[in-house]
Amino acid sequence: MKSTAKNIYTALIFLFLYAPIATLMVLSFNASKTRSKWGGFTFKWYSSLFRNDEILEALGNTLLIAFVSALVATVIGTIACVAMNSMKRRSRTVLMGITNIPMLNAEIVTGISLMLLFISMGLRFGLGTILLSHITFNIPYVILSIMPRMKQLNPSTYEAALDLGASHTTAFFKVVFPDLLPGILSGFLMAFTMSLDDFIITHFTKGAGIDTLSTKIYTEVKKGIKPEMYALSTLIFVTVLILLLLVNMAPAKKFRDVSERRKS
Amino acid sequence: MEKELIQLIDISKSFDGQMVLDDLNLNIHENEFVTLLGPSGCGKTTTLRILGGFTSPDSGRIIFDGTDITNIPPNRRQLNTVFQKYALFTHMTIAENIAFGLKIKKKSKSYIEDKIRYALKLVNLEDYGNRMPGSLSGGQQQRIAIARAIVNEPKVLLLDEPLGALDLKLRQEMQYELIRMKNELGITFVYVTHDQEEALTMSDTIVVMNQGYIQQIGSPESIYNEPENAFVADFIGDSNIIPATMIEDKLVNILGTRFACVDTGFGRNKPVDVVIRPEDVNLVAPDQGAIQGVVTHLIFKGVHYEMEVMAAGFEWLVHSTTLFPVGKEVGIQVDPFNIQIMNKPESEDEEAVAIDI
Repeated sequence: MKSTAKNIYTALIFLFLYAPIATLMVLSFNASKTRSKWGGFTFKWYSSLFRNDEILEALGNTLLIAFVSALVATVIGTIACVAMNSMKRRSRTVLMGITNIPMLNAEIVTGISLMLLFISMGLRFGLGTILLSHITFNIPYVILSIMPRMKQLNPSTYEAALDLGASHTTAFFKVVFPDLLPGILSGFLMAFTMSLDDFIITHFTKGAGIDTLSTKIYTEVKKGIKPEMYALSTLIFVTVLILLLLVNMAPAKKFRDVSERRKS
Repeated sequence: MEKELIQLIDISKSFDGQMVLDDLNLNIHENEFVTLLGPSGCGKTTTLRILGGFTSPDSGRIIFDGTDITNIPPNRRQLNTVFQKYALFTHMTIAENIAFGLKIKKKSKSYIEDKIRYALKLVNLEDYGNRMPGSLSGGQQQRIAIARAIVNEPKVLLLDEPLGALDLKLRQEMQYELIRMKNELGITFVYVTHDQEEALTMSDTIVVMNQGYIQQIGSPESIYNEPENAFVADFIGDSNIIPATMIEDKLVNILGTRFACVDTGFGRNKPVDVVIRPEDVNLVAPDQGAIQGVVTHLIFKGVHYEMEVMAAGFEWLVHSTTLFPVGKEVGIQVDPFNIQIMNKPESEDEEAVAIDI
């Protein structure tokens, strides 16, 4: 009895959480143009979506920005973690706090302040400014995902590698880097996801003449919602979902390794 | 004695203004098993890290086989380290771990394979080459760490409390294993521990350290039987350390009673400390003893009984296979050669530190 009630409660929560997205997904396959009527199942919105050059260009921009910004942020974040790890505890804690602030900061504030900074620097708004801002807000996520791995590292392994004749570079890439790799990968995926679905910061830093998917959808919606947008939103949701699953599976595997070790 | 291999000359090191090593001088010989023994913070690990090249001394020189290696980085020193927490590379197999140093030195494939086989045989883990470090027990991981170090044919193996994380039984087994490996390899071992039993069991030479100073260097026997000061006496095994007065050569006044002893050269009527090991205190009938007392505590320890006897205002620790019940009146008698006379500590650094075990 008790467990039935519990299950119903859980089901209700999930219903409220996912009903809007489910509606969107269902409508993206609706052959009728009106929202109120089911006109049969169709893929036509998806195919017309992929014939729309503007949307395809926005998709290309989005993927390019997500990939490049995630890559650059991952490199910078990894180097930052290595440096922070060799600091004294107090300066490390202070620095960790400072890197965490942008994540908690309201996106609109980050967006406007980046825009003002770029204006005062005299930068021309476009792909470059979007990339810069995405790299900026991605770095904290990368650090957040690598730092726990870093702390788990046995500091002696690096010294052991030196002791066995390795140079500092070899010791880092052969011994420290492989241990950090799961954290680095999940940091990259997290940054990729964050960049992929960002709207506000992009909106303030993009300038005219360039659009990502999210800003494109925003302009389209102002003109009136077309069913292609349902299809596009569904695709974005599924992509982000897959990426998030990947991010969460990396640490899960790590814990399994640890528990296996405990058992043996 | 074999020829000198390592000389540490006037080594000093401080961290954040705190002196860890103060003008340390130490010579290590070829094929010697040297143990640096002391409580935590005594500077023993720092000494080892300076030898390995992971910490550089503020002043002083390290001479290795005739050359000054003070400024040589760890990857170019002919010594290898076995770390406290094994420090195996968890993403590599056991064989890859052992091959790590050899691959960097660009040895041939067949040479590396031979070496892996030899090293695994030496540490009694022949079939473990393809396993991952995570699937091995602590004791096995420690053996692999040793194997990984010795395949590089170092002249000296540095071991930083390698048995610290193992349970008692395994620790004792590994002590014998280490002695066997050292004899088989014929190289110098420099071993760091805070465990006096480990030090006594394995070493040729024990270096007792406290607060950055060497307190005594000697064979296990001499360290145990003839401690030079109260710190050493207290740190190595249990002991009764009693303030006393040296009346003249071979005669000492302990707690108001005259005892014959064998030490000379302390002068007349000089205040000293005497060390009497608990197993050297003989309990006899009250009228046969030099001092009379009453048994106040009794614990069965397996091999012997541990008793405390209140006599002449001092609580004597006594180990004996004969039981004397609590409340029993006994006499205390000590053979002259079992009374070790020590100078009173001249500085705070030599002061005995209470060790709770």
